Amino acid sequence: MNLTLKVWRQNGPDDKGHMETHPIEGVSPDMSFLEMIDMLNDQIIRAGGDPIAFDHDCREGICGMCSMFINGEAHGPGRGVTTCQLHMRSFKDGDTIAIEPWRASAFPVIKDLTVDRSAFDRIIQAGGYVSVNTSGNTIDANAILVPKVQADEAFSSATCIGCGACVASCKNASAMLFVSAKVSQFALLPQGQPERESRVLRMVEQMDKEGFGNCTNTGACEVECPKGIDLSNIARMNRDFLKSSAKSEN
Amino acid sequence: MLDSKTPEGPLADKWTKYKDHIQLVNPANKRSIDVIIVGTGLAGSSAAASLAEMGYNVKAFCFQDSPRRAHSIAAQGGINAAKNYQNDGDSVHRLFYDTIKGGDYRSREANVHRLAEVSTNIIDQCVAQGVPFAREYGGLLDNRSFGGVQVSRTFYAKGQTGQQLLLGAYSALSRQISKGKVTMYTRHEMMDVVVVDGKCRGIIAKNLVSGELERHSAHAVVLATGGYGNVFYLSTNAMGSNVSAAWKAHKKGAHMANPCFTQIHPTCIPVSGEHQSKLTLMSESLRNDGRIWVPAKKEDAEAIRKGAKKASDISEADRDYYLERRYPAFGNLVPRDVASRAAKERCDAGFGVNETGEAVFLDYASAIERYGNTEANIRGLKSQSQAEITALGKEMVKAKYGNLFDMYKQIAADDPYEMPMKIYPAVHYTMGGLWVDYNLMTAVPGLYAAGEANFSDHGANRLGASALMQGLADGYFVLPYTIGDYLSKDIRTGKISPDSPEFKTAEAEVQSRMDRLINNNGTKPVDYFHRRLGRIMWDECGMSRNEEGLKRAIQAIRSLREEFWKDVRVPGAINSFNPELDKAGRVADFLEQAELMCLDALERRESCGGHFREEYQTAEGEALRDDDHFAFVSAWEFTGDPGEAKLIKEDLVFENIELKQRSYK
Repeated sequence: MNLTLKVWRQNGPDDKGHMETHPIEGVSPDMSFLEMIDMLNDQIIRAGGDPIAFDHDCREGICGMCSMFINGEAHGPGRGVTTCQLHMRSFKDGDTIAIEPWRASAFPVIKDLTVDRSAFDRIIQAGGYVSVNTSGNTIDANAILVPKVQADEAFSSATCIGCGACVASCKNASAMLFVSAKVSQFALLPQGQPERESRVLRMVEQMDKEGFGNCTNTGACEVECPKGIDLSNIARMNRDFLKSSAKSEN
Repeated sequence: MLDSKTPEGPLADKWTKYKDHIQLVNPANKRSIDVIIVGTGLAGSSAAASLAEMGYNVKAFCFQDSPRRAHSIAAQGGINAAKNYQNDGDSVHRLFYDTIKGGDYRSREANVHRLAEVSTNIIDQCVAQGVPFAREYGGLLDNRSFGGVQVSRTFYAKGQTGQQLLLGAYSALSRQISKGKVTMYTRHEMMDVVVVDGKCRGIIAKNLVSGELERHSAHAVVLATGGYGNVFYLSTNAMGSNVSAAWKAHKKGAHMANPCFTQIHPTCIPVSGEHQSKLTLMSESLRNDGRIWVPAKKEDAEAIRKGAKKASDISEADRDYYLERRYPAFGNLVPRDVASRAAKERCDAGFGVNETGEAVFLDYASAIERYGNTEANIRGLKSQSQAEITALGKEMVKAKYGNLFDMYKQIAADDPYEMPMKIYPAVHYTMGGLWVDYNLMTAVPGLYAAGEANFSDHGANRLGASALMQGLADGYFVLPYTIGDYLSKDIRTGKISPDSPEFKTAEAEVQSRMDRLINNNGTKPVDYFHRRLGRIMWDECGMSRNEEGLKRAIQAIRSLREEFWKDVRVPGAINSFNPELDKAGRVADFLEQAELMCLDALERRESCGGHFREEYQTAEGEALRDDDHFAFVSAWEFTGDPGEAKLIKEDLVFENIELKQRSYK
């Protein structure tokens, strides 16, 4: 396959940035999207240029590091896949492909397609945990009963990989899907109950502080989420947030 | 001879007795002691969280953009623990025994027993943290079985157990970061360890965003930096996984132990072409129901390779279910090392089934039929057509393995419900690593190694679902005790200065190496050399090894290393975000470590676990161990050149287990 790539280049957060065009030949349909970028970078380096910087690590769809906005969609045209699991057979010979970074003011560009997502870490630090020490001397694991349906639902919420596709897809750059997935995991489990109210308040407060936008229920995040985290998480978080806010204002 | 510092006394009492007699550090003193943790996978995150909780000042480092991305996240299957919830005869002793035997009798008894002892605490701890393990309808925890054992002791969270455990450890770490007890340095890579007056006192780190070098001092340093499978270029490891931290430690005096012990996992998606950057594992659980085969006739195999025939064109009589043929007792469920070698043997003999000749079939047709018939019976359906039975069977297989089948379809663009999957072994885990004593301390005082980065628990072959167990055991429950004992002698030391000559020299060395890489003006990108190194290692130091090949590999690695330093091209600048420069440094280290791996494989003149020397096999082609001459840990000391390392032995003493030849026939 021969393709034309239009790639976002930006040398640091203060640079204005621009699209750069690269023709690429001999792309195999069996390549993953990132392997195609590897091939392009190999060309660029051999020609004495500056390769495209992009985040990636596990290349099996679970670490959440890869983050490309391809032809106007987070992680490209596939559903339920990250950029690293997208294969070139999803494209046709002669296609022009536009590749951009996640765009959100809370995710400043470091270089080219690499952005800073440390805001997500700070939101987790604000309360995305159960306050239990790691002594191992808790009660026996089977002393905490969790109905299977609830456990499975908590697991579904917990599968969020923190990639940020939800933020990149949202016209308001809202992080509600990410935050609500963690809030929901603990809200659904008995272990999460003692801190349920303070957790949601603290995490939402941090989310706002980081400069993420508000949710207007367009559902774009749910469509683009590679792990299928659904909007019911946001509904659950809103409910918990309202309840906790009302209580804390008394 | 190395001293493992294993405590005296009966095996089952050693850890308890040890804990009762170590020196403690009082809370006020802990506040003036600094500990550095490098790596934030299961071992690193759990160690950082635990030590911070105890009161130490912790600095944690990872090269990824967040601690949550460490490659522990990709573990699929599960985590073992001797809970005996299934009442199937499991116990601490049985877990200990299975692990020693699975490791082909090349691990240290006392360490493995301790691992089995704390395994149960791990599950309690993780559940308390809100890790959503799989549950039964009554609300209790569910278990499943894994290869090489006869009990169900594996706890799991679908096919994402590593992710859930890491997020649990990450949440504990995040809690300590929020309290200010851990300072987290993301996008930072450790470039060297600093040794002052014979003790490890800190590290040189590189801020990968700005490119600047930083000096960080501490009273102790823990390396939880994972394994070195990427020395093979293609592996199931993440792209960034590397040996550099461990290798730098080795060059500063830590011993590298059993570096040739590599685990090659039998069921991975085969290489599709030259562009391939990594390999994807298909969970071991697929071998429960799938049957592995190749055509019995060479002409059929050739026809399949050329595309003239399909798997379904080969009649039952013309198929060779070689695992069932060779190992009737265990069949398709032999341990990983045995299954991998058997696949290679068939492909080398010319029976491979894809274009490259390096693939075998993993077939679900008979499982689909079996499940279909069972389900038809359950539903009370009589006189179903074959097509209806097959449809029912597919439904059942989908419920059990659906996500794996989808993943295969996504990567291989082939429908595994219709055609058998093509699979081939791939590098997955390294049992070898930094030599540590019972305290998990390397040969450098104050420098510790935990998780896959150390060598201690898995011998020559790791059992499935044991890597997660070891990472969390080291971080949550072992290091917090052993480091405290060491630091109790350091309470009067005071703050360590990062401005001593040792720090300055180390920083200058790192700087000059980066200068050399960036100003090299070569012609070829880093990956070009990494790919070639991988090919050498895979061909000569992979699933089977021999003296001639290993000697050839050592020569080839040396000349490749020379070529690298002459001709590598590293673009960009030093003081900037430059992933190519970071990669160049890591590959330069792989080019040295690879030679030591081959040397170790050459010197170990026996076959054991994942290490198969062709010269040492039984008449039936099985691994032939030599306990009289090789029941020891090979710990290598750096002497200035990677290939001139000095071999120091730690004899393995088995007081509680009788050494036997493993048999799966």
